[in-house]
Amino acid sequence: MSLKVDNLRVYYQTLHGDVKALDGVTFNISDGEIMGLAGESGCGKTTLGHSLIFLNLPMRFVEGRVSLDNAELPIWDMEKMNDFRFKKISIIPQYAMNAMNPTRKIGQMISELIESRGVSYKSILPELHRRLDLVNLSHDVLALYPFELSGGMKQRMVLVISTLLNPSLLIADEITSALDVSSQKAVAEMLVEFRDREFVKSMIVITHDISILYQIADSILVMYAGKLAEKASTETIIRSPRHPYTKLLISSLPEVGVKYTDRILLGIPGNPPQLLDPPVGCRFQERCPFAFERCSEEPPFIEVAENHFVACWKEHEQDA
Amino acid sequence: MLKLDKVSKVYKVGTFGGKELRAVNEVSFDIKDGEVVALIGESGSGKSTIGKMILRLISINSGAIWFDGVDVAAIEKGALKEYYRKVQGVFQDPFSSFNPIFKADRVFQIIHDEFYPETADAEWSTRITTALEAVGLNPGTVLNKFPHQLSGGQLQRILIARALLLDISILVADEIISMLDASTRIDVLNLLADLKHRGLSILFITHDLSLANYISEKAVILYRGCIAEMGTTHKIFDHPLHPYTKMLMASVPRLDKKWEDGKVELKTRQAEDVAGCIYYERCPLADKALGCDRHTPALLEVESDHFVACFAV
Repeated sequence: MSLKVDNLRVYYQTLHGDVKALDGVTFNISDGEIMGLAGESGCGKTTLGHSLIFLNLPMRFVEGRVSLDNAELPIWDMEKMNDFRFKKISIIPQYAMNAMNPTRKIGQMISELIESRGVSYKSILPELHRRLDLVNLSHDVLALYPFELSGGMKQRMVLVISTLLNPSLLIADEITSALDVSSQKAVAEMLVEFRDREFVKSMIVITHDISILYQIADSILVMYAGKLAEKASTETIIRSPRHPYTKLLISSLPEVGVKYTDRILLGIPGNPPQLLDPPVGCRFQERCPFAFERCSEEPPFIEVAENHFVACWKEHEQDA
Repeated sequence: MLKLDKVSKVYKVGTFGGKELRAVNEVSFDIKDGEVVALIGESGSGKSTIGKMILRLISINSGAIWFDGVDVAAIEKGALKEYYRKVQGVFQDPFSSFNPIFKADRVFQIIHDEFYPETADAEWSTRITTALEAVGLNPGTVLNKFPHQLSGGQLQRILIARALLLDISILVADEIISMLDASTRIDVLNLLADLKHRGLSILFITHDLSLANYISEKAVILYRGCIAEMGTTHKIFDHPLHPYTKMLMASVPRLDKKWEDGKVELKTRQAEDVAGCIYYERCPLADKALGCDRHTPALLEVESDHFVACFAV
């Protein structure tokens, strides 16, 4: 088991109280698994990604345990996490395009970064060149400044840098959202290739675009308002989702070839709840077409079929 | 009603502006009344530049844009206001379209002061209410709020409502849904479809082909400032002919099937003026025997309402 997250709670501190952005999250990722993390903006998916590697203010660790390759991650301790960051766990942040130091040439920046981790730049250079070839970048980019690269090129460059020390876990946060369809496909396929070549053991791919996840992920975890809604294999989530939120989310995607004159697609009415003072019980109940009395209690996230976890009373009652 | 006739835009680039970048190259198409035209292309294809030229935010280097028989570039400063009564734009990032210091509904007040100073306040607020309801917002929940208190979807709809207050006939929608969540995205799209039925023409600029297909009647596929393929949307989607269009179609992530194998030929760095077809370097069908490396293919009609610029077709 590569990554184990158990009952993780991370809140944001504000003047008005705690915003419960991540409220009791439990899941596992196996070796070699690419897990997609999907949900609307504000559902806590980025918070989850960040809290695993860089839990800074205003984020506040409340409780929970995280272990990676059977070693416990001290995610609440910024100092101790330094031993793990970049070597064991790495991230491609959202807006990775602006993640590189604009005042350094890319090669020099990598050298400083690598040496701060006690690895010499010279020893890693041949591998760096091999990986640049793999992502279709010329070796000359190392002598360029970040602004000389296009968006897609920067995104690929950051992918190479983040995975240079072969981390166990890579968190890719919305890395394809700002790209056009052709670069999107190229970057997404590179993620899979990096996994296949075992540069990275497992990945969390955070995105709001489920159709990208269908192309590359092995499993999908759907979050809603700081809670887990459903987790299953990609095929199961897309073809036979069981949580009403997942169902609505998938049906609101425009399929290729559908015109509004043939069939009008519908969004999900309403907005996610405020997490400063979240409603008691199921957090989706207000927008849920199937809500009933039981939903005022909190639904547990339990396995309804093999490797298929759902947090919905309707599903649990049917099984009972 | 809106007609682009061989419109070009050349940017000066390089340290002293010594080099030229042809962002838009002799593009011609038209938008009829009540028609939705999708302008599709990768980043850097010049699609936003075209939108900005229509809105007169940037000038045209050659060619002309005609709006109801009037040359847009020739409109004098004083008459420009009349043009903006008819033509308005909504842009990608709803958060940066508002001044965060002021309440979001200030945009309505500006329209009132600038365009309809003679309208009484009471009548104006009913108009705001009607416009907000037309875009599916509840006036009570969005009025008197600051931008940060509203969601991206709400802000985007406020901007569309603002355009509606002016009784416009053309809306330039530049990537207006790419920043929105999947669940609200479709509502904004349906709203555009609704407006179209009321006679509004829309230029829908996007890089997402499935969204373009959902809403538009006509599609224009752009590559590096040139039209690669153009015509009725369903003809282009059912039988894409240009290799670039085919590549774009194959790259769309879809839920009904997985990507086919085969690597995407990525964009090379913008070369200086090339002699032949602009897509030559990336094209799988490129053939010197056809002259792809020496001549620029013209946009030819291969069937009714379906134009392609490719020698191999």
